[in-house]
Amino acid sequence: MATQTHMHGRIGESIKRKEDGRFIRGKGNYLDDIELPGMLHMAILRSPHAHARIKSVDTAAASGMPGVIAVVTGELMAQHKLAWMPTLSYDTQAVLATDKVRFQGQEVAAVIADTKYQAEDARDAIVVEYDVLPAVTSPQQAKEAGATLIRDDKENQKDNHIYHWEAGDQATTQAAFAKADKVVRLHTFYPRCHPAPLETCGCIADVNGATGKATVYMTSQAPHAIRTVFALVTGLPEQNIRVISPDIGGGFGNKVPVYPGYVVATAASLLIGRPVKWVEDRSENLISTGFARDFHMTGDLALDKNGKMLALRVHLDSDNGAFFADAQPTKFKAGLFHIVTGSYDIPTAHVTADGYYTNKAPGGVAYRCSFRVTEASYLIERLVSNAAIELGMDQAELRMKNFIQPEQFPYRSATGWVYDSGDYPKAMNVALEQLGYAELRKDVGARRQKGEVTGIGVASFTEVVGAGHGADFDILGLRMFDSAELRVHPTGKALLRMGTKSQGQGHETTFAQIVTEELGIPAADVAVEEGDTDTAPYGLGTYASRSTPVAGAATAMVARKLREKARTIAAHLLEAAEEDLEWDTGRFYVKGSPDKAKTIQEIAFAAYTNVPEGMEAGLEGVHYYDPPNMTYPFGTYAVVVDVDKGTGQVKVRRVVAVDDCGVRINPMIVEGQIHGGLAEGYGIAFMQLITFDAEGNCIGSNFMDYLLPTAWETPQFELGETVTPSPHHPLGAKGVGESPTVGSPAAYVNAVIDALSPYGVTNIDMPVTSDKVWAALRAAGVTE
Amino acid sequence: MKVAMKVNGAERSGDVEPRVLLVDFLRTNLRLTGTHVGCDTSSCGACTVLLDAEPVKSCTVLAVQAEGRSITTVEGLAQGANLSPIQVGFHEEHGLQCGFCTPGMMLVGASLLERNAKPTEEEIRWAISGNICRCTGYMNIVKAIKHAAMLRAAADAESPGRPTVAAATAGGE
Repeated sequence: MATQTHMHGRIGESIKRKEDGRFIRGKGNYLDDIELPGMLHMAILRSPHAHARIKSVDTAAASGMPGVIAVVTGELMAQHKLAWMPTLSYDTQAVLATDKVRFQGQEVAAVIADTKYQAEDARDAIVVEYDVLPAVTSPQQAKEAGATLIRDDKENQKDNHIYHWEAGDQATTQAAFAKADKVVRLHTFYPRCHPAPLETCGCIADVNGATGKATVYMTSQAPHAIRTVFALVTGLPEQNIRVISPDIGGGFGNKVPVYPGYVVATAASLLIGRPVKWVEDRSENLISTGFARDFHMTGDLALDKNGKMLALRVHLDSDNGAFFADAQPTKFKAGLFHIVTGSYDIPTAHVTADGYYTNKAPGGVAYRCSFRVTEASYLIERLVSNAAIELGMDQAELRMKNFIQPEQFPYRSATGWVYDSGDYPKAMNVALEQLGYAELRKDVGARRQKGEVTGIGVASFTEVVGAGHGADFDILGLRMFDSAELRVHPTGKALLRMGTKSQGQGHETTFAQIVTEELGIPAADVAVEEGDTDTAPYGLGTYASRSTPVAGAATAMVARKLREKARTIAAHLLEAAEEDLEWDTGRFYVKGSPDKAKTIQEIAFAAYTNVPEGMEAGLEGVHYYDPPNMTYPFGTYAVVVDVDKGTGQVKVRRVVAVDDCGVRINPMIVEGQIHGGLAEGYGIAFMQLITFDAEGNCIGSNFMDYLLPTAWETPQFELGETVTPSPHHPLGAKGVGESPTVGSPAAYVNAVIDALSPYGVTNIDMPVTSDKVWAALRAAGVTE
Repeated sequence: MKVAMKVNGAERSGDVEPRVLLVDFLRTNLRLTGTHVGCDTSSCGACTVLLDAEPVKSCTVLAVQAEGRSITTVEGLAQGANLSPIQVGFHEEHGLQCGFCTPGMMLVGASLLERNAKPTEEEIRWAISGNICRCTGYMNIVKAIKHAAMLRAAADAESPGRPTVAAATAGGE
């Protein structure tokens, strides 16, 4: 029999990244690096107030300043019916304010000038008169009787309530609670934070007056969907719109939505007839673009006296800001939050959610998160650890006792999810062993005897990623499939184009490896292109860990289609029957005669030079993949912390992260993503906070106030893995980019709460800063 | 006003307003776009360049302050087709993902290795603590700098007295 051909870059091989070359030479092509002939620069004037009526906008002085080409106001946009735009959640959002400003940082006017410096000078010369109104800065305030109405622009909006949403079964849940021996409650606030990719958002709009073609370069994670939204908003024919996402300097969900600046720049380019560039500065990014979280959650977990979970009841109030602009599937108002039963076999659950308008920036993006699963995972994992404390049980043991068991998959959860595969006890055991949990528990006990404040936190998350299935998951009606187009050239080299868009995830390498695996073309010979809507097949983009589950599957499927055509050509070349051919990565050979073979390169050449009678020439295809289900990555994270009694400072001593994301295509890239997510999880747990004062001023509007982890704070990570393939994904892969941000915040906080539990502390909301920890110790009478 | 400086070993000049930032001069006037802007407040380090071989955040330096001085940007790290050890290190150890912080990180790393040929984990983490990366969690960046240190040591063992990156790009000063 034929031996397996060695092929560089197959699935499972940690080949070095193909995209690195340009980045390490400083030759990346990010949005702000693009310079078009005749290009102008735009600066946006933003509201200093959280809530105010606009009395007047005076642009006279600004218009006369050096280099100024145009000043755009809400009034001008309204003349073109572009003062408002639809959001991704069927609401409307002001492009440039005409009536009121509803959050600090809202877009009021824009200046287009020859240079960035001139545009910013003139922006500062625009005079706006405001009547300041009271600001609403929390859902609690928003629902108070007599609260100021934020959305008086909406005809039927009489209060600040946006939506009520439920999942699960109220009656059976109530009945289960009635029989419970123990009910554990946790009220926790998952505060507002911001993805803050290192590159801010921006665009260059280039509308060609002669042809009507609008080319918009944009920092977009979802260029195809943006093109369609643009067509619907502006009325431009879709074939005349080309969205190009160049290299993207991190996204993490921040670059999914359509922002007002994109619309203004495009309108300005249309009116002026020259390209217009707009790039946010960091403060604009933090105060106006898609934030994350801001969920006030109350969870009740019912258990019997042996610690068996009986039911879960959750209510949340969501702070959505001034416009309901969450980027999430249409059906689910609170995203996928109702995955909140997590890794546990909880027979019944009831989830209720209410969304509220506040005078804060809109957005609600899934920050390194699959549509609110992060908040859900945090709540259940904190709740379970608190239950263990209240029951006097070990937190790992309580989890083990309640895990969905491997033989229960596919598992239908109490709120209707069908988990594809998992082995939660195994991941837990690997993590505990790697940590040396039993020994460490003893060590913690010994240290506490000596008066040290130390603890271990565990979290066993279940993720839900890879949207759709398209019938259940859509954004503005666009079904969440994804696509891959593969062209094999006559010399056997290939071009793969996809509907997704890498922002650092390494798509150019990972997806080339899928072609290598399926078609036997070395990864080095496969160019991967994404982000140009004129050339790439339609797709919904890269977020919610969906690229590998959806577009990765599409890549495998299109490669398999080509392999079948290659088989026919090989049979023709070898003068053999198709059914007599065997595939060995990279070649077909005649069964029993391994030397009678044709390589994929020979077959590709023949596809253009010598095809069987009646066959179309060429070796290319496209596949649109609509996944039958989501994938459900999971894992167990364990964290050890030491707390300084004198200062409240938390030092993370160890982090063990065992991830199961199914089959790993490039393990090096997977591990890199896990490192990054664990660091962001650390930041969210301990540092990153966007908050507001009573007037609605944003605190956290620059990197001196919005603290991101540096190499100095960030702990070392010890990774482990288990592999439970997804049964429905063609490669068994599940997606991984977000697991560590979803799973780790609860592990970090559980460790702190474990450390403080001897003092009766049961909760500290994130970020767990030194002052909060110090105050908790102080309240418990601990001083040093 | 006129400003002239040596950038990656070549004499460069331009006519700028006094308020123009060095990063804007490099990116806009010289079209050296490998130096990035991440925060405008010298917090993130994406704009780091070497000014007379010392790392500075070029969003907080005026172009005119660089008059007559030597600048090394990411574009000056490789010698033609030959990547510098720090670049090789970042590729080999998967020290970059989106690549936006990478130029600044590499320049800080290269500068560290000029001062300290064999830095410890802690010394590396301290050296890069003025540079933010949102993708990697820093572990592989630390490894990349260690990798570069190893390559430099190996190269030094083969040919002692090799010029440093900063010295080479400064024209052998």
